[in-house]
Amino acid sequence: MSRRVVVLSAGLSTPSSTRLLADQIADAVRSAIGGRGESVAVETIELRELAVEMAQTLVSGNRPTPGVVAAQESIAGADGLVAVTPVFSASYSGLFKTFVDLLDPKALVGMPVLVAATAGTARHSLMLDHAMRPLFGYLRAVVAPTGVFAATEDFGAVDGAGEDALSARIHRAAEELAALVVRTPSGVEGFAPTSGDERGRGQGRARAHELGVVTDFASLLRGHDGTG
Amino acid sequence: MQIGIFSVGDVTTDPTTGITPDEGERIQAMTSIALKAEEVGLDVFATGEHHNPPFVPSAPTTHLAYIAAKTERLRLSTATTLITTTDPVRIAEDYAFLQHLSGGRNDLMMGRGNTGPVYPWFGKDIRDGIPLAIENYHLLRRLWREESVTWQGQFRTPLQGFTATPAPLDGTPPFVWHGSIRSTEIAEQAAFYGDGFFHNNIFWDMGHTAQMVRLYRQRFEHYGHGSADQAIVGLGGQVYMAGSEAEAKRIFRPYFDNAPVYGHGPSLEEFTAQTPLTVGTPEMVIERTLSFADAVGDYQRQLFLIDHAGQPLEMVLEQIEILGREVAPVLRAEFDRRRPAHVPSDPPTHESLVAAGPQDRHHRVISSPVAIAEQEAAKGESRAKGEKVTS
Repeated sequence: MSRRVVVLSAGLSTPSSTRLLADQIADAVRSAIGGRGESVAVETIELRELAVEMAQTLVSGNRPTPGVVAAQESIAGADGLVAVTPVFSASYSGLFKTFVDLLDPKALVGMPVLVAATAGTARHSLMLDHAMRPLFGYLRAVVAPTGVFAATEDFGAVDGAGEDALSARIHRAAEELAALVVRTPSGVEGFAPTSGDERGRGQGRARAHELGVVTDFASLLRGHDGTG
Repeated sequence: MQIGIFSVGDVTTDPTTGITPDEGERIQAMTSIALKAEEVGLDVFATGEHHNPPFVPSAPTTHLAYIAAKTERLRLSTATTLITTTDPVRIAEDYAFLQHLSGGRNDLMMGRGNTGPVYPWFGKDIRDGIPLAIENYHLLRRLWREESVTWQGQFRTPLQGFTATPAPLDGTPPFVWHGSIRSTEIAEQAAFYGDGFFHNNIFWDMGHTAQMVRLYRQRFEHYGHGSADQAIVGLGGQVYMAGSEAEAKRIFRPYFDNAPVYGHGPSLEEFTAQTPLTVGTPEMVIERTLSFADAVGDYQRQLFLIDHAGQPLEMVLEQIEILGREVAPVLRAEFDRRRPAHVPSDPPTHESLVAAGPQDRHHRVISSPVAIAEQEAAKGESRAKGEKVTS
């Protein structure tokens, strides 16, 4: 079964170091999932291309715009997400947060997510833990244990043993994400949720711009028909 | 096909002159707009209901009664009546009273209201929006249909043997619409009772509107009110018209660019492409509006928003003139031409509901044949078991 992974890149320049990191992670995720015998399609969404549409959506009553809707639908059909943002003022960038703000609060329930960030110096590295993880925790996503932080100096740096430390982190994070994306159900039929969603996740996740399950009126009226 | 206008009742500065009408002027303007609608042969005027500035229409039945006294044919409605924060007892009495004054020319549209702080001002919580709409409307149906109501719900003081006065005109409750942009529960509610469903059709793309209407139609059929294409559908829409498209855009653009809700956002061209807004010639408006029926099926009521964003009264009256004299006659003829015979041309009116007689399902609190059959079956079962039937 083929998997789909969406990469969100919130870099502003072209080319950007954020996109550079996003591409390296995308490659690593592709080979990590491939290494587990599964095929994978990776789609990268450049948030800067949606900047104007997102602003329009915000100021016109949450009106969906075509590019934003397409991106949301892409995420709704994904098995995993890679989120890469530059660090701006001690947090993720406003562009990145705007995109997240426009997602349905249930759009990422149970979604495996790899968090990553770029910055000028390594002093911002804890942003992944004090900003990105709580954000995805709120959205009830499943965040891989390893986050990938790349300061400018990390591109091309090697440690004392001659190892490429950034590349090692990327591959460890990619392996963790791949394990979450292709994991098999562990529940015993009849005792824990197994079927209906073969990976035991994604239940209750809202699909972009679909009307979703309709509640039967008898259920809506129950307790409200005035009989006490 | 009923064609009319609906007003939000916003007090907004005219961006081209800097002039802001005062509340009194805006109320008078809304009245003039309604009277003009009757004069040019439009079918419906609907007013919003708001309890916060910059909106003036806080007392819709007072206003509609005044308009009713000055008109002969115009149908009077709301867009919307706040079923969440208004006591259903007051809605039952106010709108029944209005029926008596207007000779049954009014119906009304239920809506929830999306301004958070309004709810606590009336002792409610916006997070209960859907349950409030469900419970309050069910009580409203009973108040209009049962002489003596005993009620204990979650949101309102209980009632013991209460009789709403006056009873509806000719013992026939007004027809009700339910308006919602994206809440499937409200489409389900409208379908359950066989009431009308209205989509405001202003801010979102036609594809979304079509999804909501399709859901309502399917559920209308499910609950046994008729086939899906016989469900009663109303749509909003937004237009500005002039002799040429360029002229229309030139005049309307400053109002668009500074409009509450979507101003300072998308361009006029983007909004026109992505939503049902049409700015151009009357012919363009006719063509676009007819295309709505391709998206949602043949429908029964079309209301246009033409008086917001600070447009001065003269401009609005001119728009109504074009709408009534040039657009509406063509729309009625063309919609008639494409509509199959088994699909109703108009929503139920007081006259048609009275003609249907007191045995008609409209007079039942739960009007769904499917739900009624289920109730009867349950009663039969408990009777067979010798249990006491309480409902």
